[in-house]
Order: sequence, then structure tokens, then C-alpha cells
Amino acid sequence: MKLAYLLLAGFSLLLPAAANAQKSPADLPPDQLIRNVTNEVLEIVRTDKDIQSGNSKRVIDLVEAKVLTHFNFTRMTQLAMARDWRIASPAQQKTLTDEFRTLLVRTYSKALTEYKNQAIEFKPFSIKGEDTDARVRTQIIQSGAKPIALDYFLEKQPQGWKVYDIEVGGISLVTNYRESFASEVRKSGIDGLIASLHAKNRGTDKQ
Amino acid sequence: MAIPRSRMASLAGGFMARGRKLVVVAILVPALGVLDGCATAGGIGNPKDPIEGFNRAVFAFNDGVDKAVFKPVAQGYVAALPYPVRLGVSNFFGNIADVFIAVNNLLQGKLPAALGDAGRVAVNSTFGLLGLFDVATDAGLEKHDEDFGQTFGRWGVPGGPYVVLPFLGPRTTRDAFAQILDSKTDPITQLDRISSRNSLMATRIIGERADFLPTDKIIDEAALDRYSYVRDAYLQRRRSKIYDGNAPREKEDDAQFDDGLKYVLLQPPRNAVSLVKRPVDPEQAVTLIAGTPAADERQ
Repeated sequence: MKLAYLLLAGFSLLLPAAANAQKSPADLPPDQLIRNVTNEVLEIVRTDKDIQSGNSKRVIDLVEAKVLTHFNFTRMTQLAMARDWRIASPAQQKTLTDEFRTLLVRTYSKALTEYKNQAIEFKPFSIKGEDTDARVRTQIIQSGAKPIALDYFLEKQPQGWKVYDIEVGGISLVTNYRESFASEVRKSGIDGLIASLHAKNRGTDKQ
Repeated sequence: MAIPRSRMASLAGGFMARGRKLVVVAILVPALGVLDGCATAGGIGNPKDPIEGFNRAVFAFNDGVDKAVFKPVAQGYVAALPYPVRLGVSNFFGNIADVFIAVNNLLQGKLPAALGDAGRVAVNSTFGLLGLFDVATDAGLEKHDEDFGQTFGRWGVPGGPYVVLPFLGPRTTRDAFAQILDSKTDPITQLDRISSRNSLMATRIIGERADFLPTDKIIDEAALDRYSYVRDAYLQRRRSKIYDGNAPREKEDDAQFDDGLKYVLLQPPRNAVSLVKRPVDPEQAVTLIAGTPAADERQ
């Protein structure tokens, strides 16, 4: 199963995908946005000794500063919750979004510490003026193995393009949670899901 | 963590000399036998995973075996050998795998891809010093990833229930059976000298396990429930592979995505050439069959 390897490679390179807080005017096209953020974050990861020695706090800071403004976490949580999103109250939706955000950020940050200088290639991109939804395709090049596709799904918002899903080798990092979320909700309701997300995030804290 | 697809089957089969097929079948049959029993008992379970109880038990077993045997050995392998050596090992087996990737591309009617694979084998076996160096990739011949499970999926065979096999890990039922063919066509299992065959297989398994050692940590970090995280990632991944990376997006409120096979798709290629001339766009095919605009798939 190459799956696991692939998840690793994907995770470790996707952060890069969203950074670039300073020079992201709202009208930056999606492919350019992804490109800037990828390059900027990878450059930092390559040169930062703390990150390379696995300092997870530092990586989380980097992600917070560079990446998160380009993500739409509400939409991500909504996608992961599927039908159950509608039965959650606005307050529950907010809590869910916060917890899911924490989980994703921790995962990405962990993955970034495993980054090993793989090259990223950007595939040709085209978009029409009126499009509000875009898929930016990139791939991770590695010797002796098929390149891993790393695709970003963005939608246009008043504040610019926002990432709402990422697929690594065809695995959506957002919808991959659907089944486990749904089964948690079936078992113990929305609050049950919130509780287990919370426990998961706190548990990871301790490590 | 499960062992890479097809490798354990090959290993198990290798030790049994001619009993390869028997071993795989012996693992499959009891696994499938449980299907009926659990399907009804589960209540509101996941329709893609009707024998979840059984699967979870095997998953835990595989994890235990991995922790006790494969992971430590893989860690030792990484510690003992420098990266260029490990890369050479992985390239060597990748080159052998390209042979049957070519066959599967041909069976799926993807002639240019099959030719590319054949070219890779030719280049890497010669200039790449028997496959130790992957010079073909540098020369622009892209590596592909195919197996019989994907070929059958492409032909329209449904994935069937998800099953976790002892030692082998996650499979759809279709892929579990297709694997018998995978291991039968695996050049390494054809070797006559049993000792070389077994050591080559063992090396391959260890090398592949080593490749994703760091991922364990990430899955632990990401997964609310390791079992279902791995299951759903596996199913999404297989689905994507059958579409060669261009699977249509799942509907936003449809929590029940399958691995694409309900929609699929292609007739068995009557002859490879006609398919190559007129490649089927998966999204278009879905549109035709389901009668919904492809754009809806995206939402």
C-alpha cells in the first residue's frame, strides 16, 4: 500500500500551498496564489533549521501566519459534515469549524516537518473570467515512483480565492473525514462529534 | 499499517512454491464467508463496509504484526542503508513492476501509456543498469501505476464490499481477487530458485514498508479513528486510480461515495486502437449514464 507514503508526501507539501499573506491581493488568480504560497513556504521550510529538526511549534506558527488566511475552514467543515451540517446549530457549527481547523493545522504542520526537498510541478491552468470555482493541479516529483498529484480546489470569495479542499493522489483531505464524522454523529450526536474532536486535539497537544 | 498491495500475497505464495493461488484463496474465502453473517447484524452500518466488525479485528491484527515485525525491520533497513542504496532497491523493483503495468495499460486500451511503460523498462534495464537507476523518468517517460484491480474496475467490475485481509491489508473484494492475477504475473514469483525468489520478495516488502515509515505519524495525527481514516483514504485512492487521477468530485451532501464503480464507465475495450483514438472522458461518461450535468458533480 503506497497510500500511506502518498499521504505523507501530500501532507508535507500542501501547507506550502496556501501561504503568502503579504502579497495576496484579492484579485490574484488561483494558480498564481497557490504558486506564490508554495514557493514561499517551501523556501522557509528548506532554510529554517528549527523546522528541519522537527520543532512543531515553529511550523504551526508558520502555517498560522502564511497559510490559513487562504483557507475557508467553514466550507471545509461543511464538506466534511455533509448532511449533518444542517442539523447542527450555528453555535455547534462554529465549534465544529474551530476544532476541525485545529486538527487540520496540526496534521499539516506535522507533515511539513517531514518534507524532504521534493520538487513541485505546476500543471497548466486556465480559467474563464466568470468562473468562481477552480482546480489548481500540481504534482510532487519523486524519483522511481509515479508523481503524486496534489490538487487544490478554490472558490472565489469577496476577499479573494479561498482553498476549500485539497486532494492528494485523489484522496480528499476533507471528505476523507465524512464517514468517521457521520458515524460519530449517528452514535452520539453533534455534541458527541465535537467532544471527540476536542479530545483528539487535546490528546495531540500532550504529545 | 498494512503491507503494500500484492507483495505479501506474493511472499506468502512464494514460500509455498506452487501453492500460491491456494494461499490467496485460502485467505479470501473465509473473509468473504463472513460477509453474509455480518451484513444483516450491523444495523445502520456503512454500506461500503458491511463486515466492519470483522475488518476492524483484522486491521488490529495487521497493526500488531506490523508493529512486531515489519515496522522494526523497515526501521533497521533505513538505519543500515544510505538513501542512494535504498533508492536503487526501490528503482530496481519499480522497473520489474513496469512490465506488468505495461500489460495492464494495454488491457485498458491505453496504448501510448503501455508503450511508455515498455520504453521505461527498455531504458532503465540498459542505461539504468538493470533498473537500479530510474533514468527513464529523467528522460521524460512518466511512471504509471496500474494493476489488475484497476483494469477490472475500468472494465466496469464493481468494487464490492471493503475487506481487510490478514497481512495484506485493505482491499475491495474485486481487488482482492484481481490480486491473484497480480501475483501470478509478478516476474519475481516466476523465479525458479526459491531462495533468490524469497529474498527478493522480502527485500521488496521491507523497502516498500520503509518508504512510508514517516506516514504513520501523520495518520496518527490526522485520524479521529485510524480504521475508518485508512479505509476511506484507500477507497478514495482506488477510485481515483481507476479514473487515472481524474475522478469526478463527490456530491457535497452525498456521504456515501463509492469507489466510482457504480458509474463506471467503460466497456471492455474491443480493440485497443479504437479506444486510444477516442479516449473516454470519465466525467462525460458519468454525465451520459447518470443523466446529470458534470458540473453538478462538483458541488
